[in-house]
Amino acid sequence: MIPTAHERNPWAIEAKGVFKSFGPVVALRDVSLRVPYLQSATLLGPNGAGKSTLIRILSTLIRPSGGQVLVDGLDVQTWGNEVRRRIGFTAHQTLLYGDLSALQNLRFYGRMYGLADVESRIHELLARVELAERQDDPVRTLSRGMQQRLAIARCLLHDPRILLLDEPYTGLDQRAARILTNLMHELLAEGRTLLMTTHDLQWAAEVSQQVLILFGGRVIHEAPVAGLSAQDLRAIYQQHVEKRP
Amino acid sequence: MRRDKYLLALIGLTAVSMIASLYLVFVYVPTERTMGLVQRIFYFHVPSAWVGFLAFLVAFVAGIAYLARRDWRWDVAEATSVEIGIAFSTIALVTGSLWARPTWNTWWTWDPRLTTTLVLWLYYVSMLLLRQMIENKERQARFSAVLSIVGFVNVPIVFLTIRLWRTIHPVLFTSEGFALESSMLLTLLVSLLTFTLLYFCLLWLRVRQEYLRAEIDRMKDQLLSAS
Amino acid sequence: MSTWRTVIAIVAKDVASELRSKETLSTLLIFALLIMVVFNFAFELRVENVRQIAPGVLWVAFTFSGILSLNRSFVVEREEGCIEGLRLTPVDRGAIYLGKFVGNTLFMLAAEVCILPLFAVLFDVSVLNPTLWLIVVLGTVGFAAVGTLFAAMTVNTRAREAMLPLLLFPITVPVLIAATKATGQILDGQPFAEISAWLRLLVAFDAIFTVIAWLGFEYVLEE
Repeated sequence: MIPTAHERNPWAIEAKGVFKSFGPVVALRDVSLRVPYLQSATLLGPNGAGKSTLIRILSTLIRPSGGQVLVDGLDVQTWGNEVRRRIGFTAHQTLLYGDLSALQNLRFYGRMYGLADVESRIHELLARVELAERQDDPVRTLSRGMQQRLAIARCLLHDPRILLLDEPYTGLDQRAARILTNLMHELLAEGRTLLMTTHDLQWAAEVSQQVLILFGGRVIHEAPVAGLSAQDLRAIYQQHVEKRP
Repeated sequence: MRRDKYLLALIGLTAVSMIASLYLVFVYVPTERTMGLVQRIFYFHVPSAWVGFLAFLVAFVAGIAYLARRDWRWDVAEATSVEIGIAFSTIALVTGSLWARPTWNTWWTWDPRLTTTLVLWLYYVSMLLLRQMIENKERQARFSAVLSIVGFVNVPIVFLTIRLWRTIHPVLFTSEGFALESSMLLTLLVSLLTFTLLYFCLLWLRVRQEYLRAEIDRMKDQLLSAS
Repeated sequence: MSTWRTVIAIVAKDVASELRSKETLSTLLIFALLIMVVFNFAFELRVENVRQIAPGVLWVAFTFSGILSLNRSFVVEREEGCIEGLRLTPVDRGAIYLGKFVGNTLFMLAAEVCILPLFAVLFDVSVLNPTLWLIVVLGTVGFAAVGTLFAAMTVNTRAREAMLPLLLFPITVPVLIAATKATGQILDGQPFAEISAWLRLLVAFDAIFTVIAWLGFEYVLEE
C-alpha cells in the first residue's frame, strides 16, 4: 500500500542528512533541506558544490550513500518507481532521441509512463510549448531553445506535481529564458512544486520563493527570497559564498 | 595491530609449506618413467590452475556480497582476487606449455582444462582493463561485481562445451597421463596446500595495502574539509 | 501486463529510430559480406574444401556484425543522456533489459536473414533447413542476452565500444563452439541425434544467461 502523504505531510521534498561519496571523493556531506508544496525553491552554489548530484539524488537518478530522501512523502530508495511517477526532471542534456521526431519521442515516453490517453495529451503539450508545426521533424534539426521546450513537454507528460530542473537556463538567450520563466509561473499557479539549480541569479530572483546555497557539499545558507531583487540576491550569495576564506 | 600477528603466522606457515613442497618435488618424489624430469612441472602446473579457479570463485562470492551490502571492502577483496587469479592462471598456462613441448612436441594442446583457463584469462584481463577505464569508483565496483559473477558462472559451461568439442578429436593429455603413485599424490597434495596458502597470503597482503591506501585518502579528505 | 508494454515501447522506439536513420542494418550487411569475402580469399589458397571452414566463417560474420548492432543500440542511449530518460521512467529495470534484449535479437536476426542467402551463394550450400534456422536463432539469442548486459557497461567507458568484443567473446565461447559445430553438422547432412547435444547446450546457455543478465542489468543501470 502506497502511503498517502499529502494530507499530513507539508513537505514536497525532504532530505535528511544526505551523504554521497564516489569512493574516496565526498560530493555531499550531511545535507538537509525541506521544500513545502507549491513552493518554488532554487539551489545556488559554485561549480563543484554538489548541486547536480543533489538534484539527481532527489530525482532517484543517484543513490545516496547515507541519509534519507522523501519526495511527496515517499522514500526514494523504497518507492523509486512511485516517486518517478510524481516528478518531472530536466537537465542540460535534453534526454531526447535525436533521430526521432518530437511526436515519436513523446509517444515513447507516454507509453513508458503508462499514460492512458497518449495522443491527445501529446498534442495538448506540443501546442502548449508551441512546437506543433515542427512535430514531425527529427529532434536534432530543432534549435536549442526548441529542444528545451520539448524537454519540458516531456517532463510534463505524466502531469507530475513536483518538478526538478537542473540548470534549465543554461544555453538560453534572453527571449527563450523569458518564455521559460513565464512557463514556470504558470506551472506554479497550477499547483506544482518547483526546485531548480542555476547559476543565473537574475532569473532565480524572478522565479524563486526560497533559496538554498550549497558549498563544498553542504547547505550553508537557506532563506526566503520572495520579492527580492536580483541585486539583493546577489548580495546574499556573495556574502555567503564569495567571501569565504 | 593484532591482526598482523595472524598475518605473520600465515606467512610463516606458507614458508614452511613451501620448503616442504620444494623438498618433495625436487628430492623426494621419483622421476616419472615416460616423461622424465620435465614431469615435475606438473606439481606447479596443477596447483596454479587450482588457485586461479579458487581466486575467481572468491571474486564471484565477493561480487555478490558487494552488490548485496555495498561495502567497499568486498570490492577490494574481489578486485585483488581477480588480479591474483590472473597471475596464477598465467603460470598455469606457461607451465602447461613448457610441459607440453618436450612431452608431446607441441607448444599448445587444446586440452579442455587448459583451454578453459585461456578463455578465462582473456576475460578477466579484459575485465581489469575495463575497470581501469572507469573513473567513478562506485560504478567501477558495481561493474566489476557483475562481471565477476557472469565470468564465474560461465566456467563450468565453457569447460563442458570444450570437453564435448574435444571428444571428436582425441584429448592429448589429462593431468593423469601417467600413473599416480602414492608418493606423487603426497607431493601433489602438499603443493596444492602450499599454493592455496600462498594465495591467501597474497590476498591478505594486497587487501591490507588497499585498506591502508583508503585510510590515507579518508584522512586527507577529512583534513581538507575541516579547513 | 506493464512489462510487456515497456518491452514493446522500447522495441518500437529502436525500430522507428532505425527506420529514420537506416544506418545500422546497411552497415551490418556490408560488414558481414566483407567478412565472408575476405575469409574466402584468406583460406582458399590453403584449404581444399572451402565448405569445411564455412560454418566458422558464417558465425564470425554473425558475431562481428552482431557486435556492431549491440554497440549502436546503446550509443543511441548515450547521446543527449537518454539513458537518464529511461531511468526516470517508472518501469521495472528488468523490463528495460528485456526491451533492449528483444530489440537487439530482432536486429541481429534481421541482418542474419539477409546474410544467409549471401552465404549460400558464396559457399555453395543450401540454407533452407529449419534446424539450421533454429540454431541461428538460439545462437543469436545467447549472444544478444549477454551482449545487451555488457554493451550497457562498455559503451560508457573510455575505450568506448572497443571493450565489448574483449569481454563478450570469451563469455560466448560456448555459443560459438556449439553453433559452429551444429551448423557444420547440419550442412553435412548429419542426423538430428548428433546435433541435439549442441542444441541442448545452446538452450541451457540461453536460459542461464538471459536470467543472469536480466537480474544484473539493474545494477549496471543504477548510479
